[in-house]
Amino acid sequence: MASNAAVPFWRAAGMTYITYSNICANLVRNCLKEPDKTEALTREKVHFSISKWTDGKPEKPTLRSDSPDE
Amino acid sequence: MLRRAMGLLARPVAAARARSFSTDLPAAQTADSTFVEAWNKVMPNMDPPKTPLSFMQPRPATPSSIPSKLTVNFVLPYASELTTKEVDMVIVPATTGQMGVLPGHVATITELKPGVLSVHKGNETTKYFISSGFVFIHANSFADIIAVEAVPLDQIDANLVQKGLAEFTQKLSSATTDLEKAEAQIGIDVHSALNSALTG
Repeated sequence: MASNAAVPFWRAAGMTYITYSNICANLVRNCLKEPDKTEALTREKVHFSISKWTDGKPEKPTLRSDSPDE
Repeated sequence: MLRRAMGLLARPVAAARARSFSTDLPAAQTADSTFVEAWNKVMPNMDPPKTPLSFMQPRPATPSSIPSKLTVNFVLPYASELTTKEVDMVIVPATTGQMGVLPGHVATITELKPGVLSVHKGNETTKYFISSGFVFIHANSFADIIAVEAVPLDQIDANLVQKGLAEFTQKLSSATTDLEKAEAQIGIDVHSALNSALTG
């Protein structure tokens, strides 16, 4: 099997599949009609809580809310 | 005493799983008989503990004749759209083009491109626009469709689609880096797929 078979254009440009998939999903959500659109935009938010560890103990976690990476 | 039973569990399982294709496997077991026997030899008075195998639903066996219905599981990250629904056919937007899946389809894994998924059952067809995802078709006529975003076609706003298409076409011509060009190209692909979904 060809190991360097034709790669998709987005991978050739350095993008991962997850980034590609998230961009597609965001574009679709932005093209929806009104009540579904606001509902869909809530799904776009990604919340995660990060806590750094020092000396084997966790510090206070920070809550970050980023939209999926572009 | 208990550790010896654990040792016996590891080896026979590894030997039994050697070398069969994942498409040819028989129906999965629900209890590990070797473990149960080893346990009973060592502790005949206690019930053997349940292993993860007994909590799992067994994989449905590959029937010898082609079944009449395709069972579809269509899931999204936030909801399960269809769960083991029996249908006649689904048409998925694979990267290689629209692919029809009938019962008895060969086992396949395909990546999906932005496009329309249509589920055909009897005389009714339900269509969804999928942003991207994968389809896993198993030898026993089960199909798992996973997508990040799926909307019924009537929720798509045609004006926004046209605006988006124009915007990304313009971005493509003014893009400089590879990454910007890729993003603009993705935008064009998604919006043209949305467009043809609305008009098709």
